[in-house]
Amino acid sequence: MHAHITRFGPLLFIVLAAVLPLAFASGYQLFQLTLVVAYALSVLGLNLVTGYNGQVSLGHGAFYAVGAYVTAIMMDRWDVPYWATLPVSAVVCAVFGFLLGMPALRLGGVYLALTTFALAVAVPQLLKYKLIDGWTGGVQGITIIKPDAPYDLPLTSDQWVYLFSLAVGVLMFALASNLVHGRIGRAMVAIRDQPIAAEAMGIDIARFKTLTFATSAMFTGIGGSLAAIAVQFVSPDSFTVALSVTFFVGMVIGGAASIWGAVFGALFIEFVPNIADHLSKAAPGAIYGVILIAFMFLAPGGIASLLRRWFARLAVK
Amino acid sequence: MDAFLHQLFSGIATGGIYASVALALVMIYQATHHVNFAQGEMAMLSTYVALTLIQAGVPYWIAFVLTVGASMIVGIGIQWLVLRPLEKAPVLASVGVFIGMLLMFNSVAGWIFSYTLKPFPSPFGEGPPMLNGLFSRHELGSTGVTLLVLTAVWAFFRFTRLGLAMRAAAFNPISSRLVGVPVAKMLALGWGLAAGIGAVAGMMVAPVVFLDPNMMAGVLLYAFAGALLGGITNPLGAVVGGLLVGVIENLGGAYVVGTELKLSMALVIIVVVLVVKPSGLFGKTLASRV
Amino acid sequence: MKRRTVLTGLGGIAASAMVRPAAAATVGVTKTEIKIGNTIPYSGNASSYGVIGKADAAYFQMINDQGGINGRKINFITLDDGYAPAKTVEQVRRLVEQDEVALLFNSLGTANNTAIHKYMNTKKVPQLFVSTGADKWGDPKGFPWTMGWQPSYRTEAQIYAKAILENYAGKKCALIYQNDDFGKDYLGGLQDALGKDFEKHFTKLITYEATDPTVDSQVVALKDSGAEVMVSAAIPKFSAQIIRKAYDIGWKPVHYMSNVSASVGATINPAGPEKAVGVITSAYQKDPTDPEWANDPGMNEWRAFMKKYIPDGDLADGGYSFGFGVSMTMVQVLKQCGDDLSRENIMKQAANIKRLDVPVLLPGVYVSTTPDNFHPIRQMQLTRWTGKTYERFGKVIDAT
Repeated sequence: MHAHITRFGPLLFIVLAAVLPLAFASGYQLFQLTLVVAYALSVLGLNLVTGYNGQVSLGHGAFYAVGAYVTAIMMDRWDVPYWATLPVSAVVCAVFGFLLGMPALRLGGVYLALTTFALAVAVPQLLKYKLIDGWTGGVQGITIIKPDAPYDLPLTSDQWVYLFSLAVGVLMFALASNLVHGRIGRAMVAIRDQPIAAEAMGIDIARFKTLTFATSAMFTGIGGSLAAIAVQFVSPDSFTVALSVTFFVGMVIGGAASIWGAVFGALFIEFVPNIADHLSKAAPGAIYGVILIAFMFLAPGGIASLLRRWFARLAVK
Repeated sequence: MDAFLHQLFSGIATGGIYASVALALVMIYQATHHVNFAQGEMAMLSTYVALTLIQAGVPYWIAFVLTVGASMIVGIGIQWLVLRPLEKAPVLASVGVFIGMLLMFNSVAGWIFSYTLKPFPSPFGEGPPMLNGLFSRHELGSTGVTLLVLTAVWAFFRFTRLGLAMRAAAFNPISSRLVGVPVAKMLALGWGLAAGIGAVAGMMVAPVVFLDPNMMAGVLLYAFAGALLGGITNPLGAVVGGLLVGVIENLGGAYVVGTELKLSMALVIIVVVLVVKPSGLFGKTLASRV
Repeated sequence: MKRRTVLTGLGGIAASAMVRPAAAATVGVTKTEIKIGNTIPYSGNASSYGVIGKADAAYFQMINDQGGINGRKINFITLDDGYAPAKTVEQVRRLVEQDEVALLFNSLGTANNTAIHKYMNTKKVPQLFVSTGADKWGDPKGFPWTMGWQPSYRTEAQIYAKAILENYAGKKCALIYQNDDFGKDYLGGLQDALGKDFEKHFTKLITYEATDPTVDSQVVALKDSGAEVMVSAAIPKFSAQIIRKAYDIGWKPVHYMSNVSASVGATINPAGPEKAVGVITSAYQKDPTDPEWANDPGMNEWRAFMKKYIPDGDLADGGYSFGFGVSMTMVQVLKQCGDDLSRENIMKQAANIKRLDVPVLLPGVYVSTTPDNFHPIRQMQLTRWTGKTYERFGKVIDAT
């Protein structure tokens, strides 16, 4: 039973994720699900560097912003089709992550958290800096056009964007899954848990960490690109420190060091604030904070570990 | 020259604010090796408590003492209830808890006290500009208070047995336990002291930036930069670092990069310090894992 | 943004909309109910604006208690967007597509409304009386489904420019503004009014970030520029800091302060009433904390409303009276609609408000719109802080 779940689970999930929304979801719900895909990729990126590699980042909103802006600028200024912006966005974010990772990753635990936190706070200011506002549109931001389905497919724009995002998401998740389950993934975890032993075994820690950071930035950047296409608008105030904190919350609650955790985390950060808003107009943030702290105590492995335990119990029966 | 002097002194005054928050951050780092992202929000809540007392008619300095005392008790409580159980957990867990507290405190403060900007009284009174406008009474007074707190902290660590025990507990908990230092109590005490210092910082900051639930959002980043610049293990370093950050920020904003990039300078300071001299100006070399 | 792409985009959306024919002329309206949607930050760092949403909701509750409008009760759905544009898009799509509201009312934030601007207009859903003073909401030709309410920041800046030319011609001026679209609108307004003379008058421009802890350094720099006139486009927290710091360093310029910060409770009192003496702003609302209106019948109407519907609300918070005034305008439009509550007619009536006197607005200031003019409030009056109260001076300026 258990083996079947692990083998066919993802495949079944992908088919359902593609078919069910197309059949039943409204345009608005499709939009929400598209954002879930974008968030899932972003949280996954953060998870690679923080969950698997043990480097706490509170600044992944910066890469999300870079990805979103690359897509928006290319679509708006140069009329590049939306799909063609993704590879560029991936490369730009990876380079950006690599350059930033070089100094940042020499630092242990809380120092990296601090540095990336500072980065997250500075992002809006950097985005509207006057030297680049010819590109970024400065404080006004950029409005872009939502793509329609190609080849006269009988799909609405929302359905198409969702399918497209889902396809990109699945591809990236497969990539990440291969990465963490292979040699590289084992090295990442080794560096997190036993840095000295890892070094003794010939792993070039600094290089490895920097590359992980670059990869992580790439994932998050593609998430940003997808979100820009769905939201059709980017502006400096869309990328405040709150966004970075949100990704962090998503990663922790979804499950650090778990590929599926990124999906649960994305669902959480997309839907729980709406629930919190319904519960209390007075203090939605308080509910959010309490849930986060409760998870740290009751389920430090996040939703992913809760489900894993549940499945394990099921398998025993 | 006059302009330069004004910028310099304004930077020192602002730096005093960063210094006082940085001091609280260093305190917790000293005791527990955590960086408390919720430090600013705790200080903000303390300040609301003080304001409530003052509005109820309690004289300023009595309200001040009561607030510091209450904050210390709450700080100890938080350590005891929330952080002690996570002592062995990885960095991720503690950062998660701090971020959770940050969100929670901010929201609760807005809920209880509303988001409206509130004036907070200065104990040093109002008065005409001093020294050709280089310093206001409050700026002078609050800088004095920060230095006073610094001296007290320094003396506490240097001359008291308790201070020594606290340093030992943070530096090497296992050996300390063996020689009879109650390590758990020391960690809680560190939190209590930090919460108390944070409360003082909040009450000194509020007359300048005014009191609202987001009062500390802007200050915290610069305080981080200040603490790192001075060396996060050293109280004196935190104060010097905070002051320096204030001055660098002001002079840089006015003469070098322009106000559009003022905030980004904090980021640059943090990165440069960590790359060039991770121990900061006054700190001891850190045992880095890499 | 290139025109061609906009047009093809709009064409595409229009075509897909045609697939579902005439989606019922009165979406969101039944015999007993009118559904109205709203987004506002109840969480996040702009939560202080949340009171406006609470005031809107309370006002509609009051209308419902009085029997509603033409027998219909208002079902007001207000959602938190945390001031994040992406979240606004999501919430608005929910309101329009899932809750099927008749219209969107008083959504807050310039970037937030920009994010949904095109969506609302291609969907042809009224985006009425948005809570932001950007100039772009009054563009009946380009965006016929969107309308602002308060006087635009640009208009206000032009009023200051005129006053400076009349009274302080030849003096050095300085501008401090928040580095976002709110602040930049003041810069634009001043540049519009002064044309190529702008740089001659304004010799020092300086910005601050909404996330800065203090603006002390900026104020010092402004003083050192030798300016004798200062225009500040800042939110209350920073306006209060500017006033206090200028006083502390012994600088006494003529200070024109953005109306956003006119509140006695939020700006003047924190800064210190005696330090703000002489500050000039332009007003269109009665300040709830201004003693001049202590026994004003209009403000008493608002106070009675507050007492009954928001008893724990802070009476010094201008957000509550703003919400009261803007909601009253909304109700007027719905009354004018009669039984035809189609979106077309709602927009038509919104564009035909004939001089509506709102009790929380200053004497001589009123709401009026025409199909060519989507700026509902266009009058302001200069007013000066005397130490205890604001004193209006000069005529009510009509920027029509």
